[in-house]
Amino acid sequence: MTTPIDLIAEGLTVKLGGAAVVDNVTLTFCPGKVTAVVGPNGAGKSTLMTCLAGVRRPGAGIVRLGDAPLPELTDRRRAQAIGYLPQTPEVAWPLDVRTFVCLGRTAHRGLFGAGPADVRAVDQALEATGLKTFADRIVTTLSGGERARVLIARALAGEPSWLLADEPLTGLDVGHQLDTAVLLRRIADAGAGVIVTLHDLHFAARAADRLVVMVAGRVIADDAPVDALTPKVLATAYGLDAHWVEGADGPLLDVAWRRTAPRD
Amino acid sequence: MTVSRGFRVCLALSVLLTALLVTSIVAGRVWIPFRVLTDPADPRWLILSELRAPRTLLGVMVGAALGLSGAALQGYTRNPLADPGVLGVSSMAALGAVVTLYFGLAGAAGWVLPLFAMGGAAAGVVTLILVAGPAGDAVSFLLAGVILGSLATAGVALALTLAPNPWAASEITQWLMGSLADRSFDDLRNSLPFVVVGAALLMISGPALDALTLGETGARGLGVSLRRVQILIAAGVGLTCGASVAVTGVIGFVGLIVPHLMRRLVGARPAGLLVPSALAGACLLLAADILARVIPGANEIQVGVMMAALGAPFFLALLLSMRRRLT
Repeated sequence: MTTPIDLIAEGLTVKLGGAAVVDNVTLTFCPGKVTAVVGPNGAGKSTLMTCLAGVRRPGAGIVRLGDAPLPELTDRRRAQAIGYLPQTPEVAWPLDVRTFVCLGRTAHRGLFGAGPADVRAVDQALEATGLKTFADRIVTTLSGGERARVLIARALAGEPSWLLADEPLTGLDVGHQLDTAVLLRRIADAGAGVIVTLHDLHFAARAADRLVVMVAGRVIADDAPVDALTPKVLATAYGLDAHWVEGADGPLLDVAWRRTAPRD
Repeated sequence: MTVSRGFRVCLALSVLLTALLVTSIVAGRVWIPFRVLTDPADPRWLILSELRAPRTLLGVMVGAALGLSGAALQGYTRNPLADPGVLGVSSMAALGAVVTLYFGLAGAAGWVLPLFAMGGAAAGVVTLILVAGPAGDAVSFLLAGVILGSLATAGVALALTLAPNPWAASEITQWLMGSLADRSFDDLRNSLPFVVVGAALLMISGPALDALTLGETGARGLGVSLRRVQILIAAGVGLTCGASVAVTGVIGFVGLIVPHLMRRLVGARPAGLLVPSALAGACLLLAADILARVIPGANEIQVGVMMAALGAPFFLALLLSMRRRLT
């Protein structure tokens, strides 16, 4: 694993079809922490993630890894440092789990197959995600919860110093959401920086150290979870009348069953 | 596990290929006994050295080229129905070749026709990539291929019909239903170097094809340059497929059938399929050519017709099984 360094976005702007999907976003992410990016549909979360991961060039602004601007890194070097899980993960071929996880080593291995370091990293990734016994199963036949773990294992196999996961909890039941959130926390505790986009605010509040709230391409709040999602922010971002209450095991979001304002 | 398994499959295919090589030399209208191999004075030595040997070697080269480019195209498009024939790339190569005949350029030098064929094939792949777009899904690729193939086929027919050539009709079938018959060592010399270079380019693209299992965004996240893969695939398929078509005409379905069979034996990892598909492609085409030679009849069946007869039902079965999986 490379030495932990900050991931920095400066004045990021992405325009799609004339509209600014990401609008002048400046953020500094620190390693060893779980940062959740939340916001309503179409807020620009996924677009921000693709820029941070270096798979999309922003129209303006720059993403830096420590001192190095991403565009100045080779694709290979960038992919070694940043593991990226797209929002709609595609698995085109029925590969076995081990072979699939080994794809995460693409930026490390040479032209001629996997070396001992690759095998070790894949083993560790399978171990960390509890997939040892699944190594020979076919990815496309796994359940949603199992597949989510395989996808994270694939990113971990690259031993990235940053893990960027776009909605890793979507489509999972609450139990598997918890498992995945705990796994992300463990990855951050091991020293990597974790950035996730989430829709479930309750999960975001419990799983993350820091929340970034986006609306219409802009960051409207950036703080510790409960502090970021004030009633005012919740009303602006989601049109919800909601506030946090103290639950038995942490904060709970109390949501009134109506919108505060009609939204178009 | 997959590695050693792939190796075992390759070994078995090599043994099979050797057996087919020997059979191909020996079998045909005239059966040649082994002792002729060491006796250049025998009149059958001529058949062996001038007809059978180049034909056999061409069969191996073209079969391997088609199998390999089929596997690479399937990997790139993430579509098990892709193949140079189905996607119209072979027809584009034939069009390129026929254009040199029409304008009388082919006689200028031995390399002119292969060059245009390769240009046609590469243009075909580039068109596919452009038309299907960056997110090139399975359906738009196939549709683009069907359109490309129809256009190129019509172009071949048109060029040969308009050409001042009394044998147009037979030439059209020659190009659209390829054959290995009556080829010489010159043909092999004019195409082999290109096929070798193209095959090397496709092999280099292997890790990127693997990464594309995760889709284009996923692959980019793994540090794969899509532009680079596209160039490798266009040049690699253009060279292997174009140089092959220049010598034999269009032989379809090899690149479709072979990767599919190999996937069952060595697993679905695209890069792992490349070498086995090349070997199995050589085996399949050689076997089909031997069959075409020994089937009795007034005229020899073209191996392209043979492959179409084998391949079309296979394609149908594949479609049906895919549909069953989807519903």
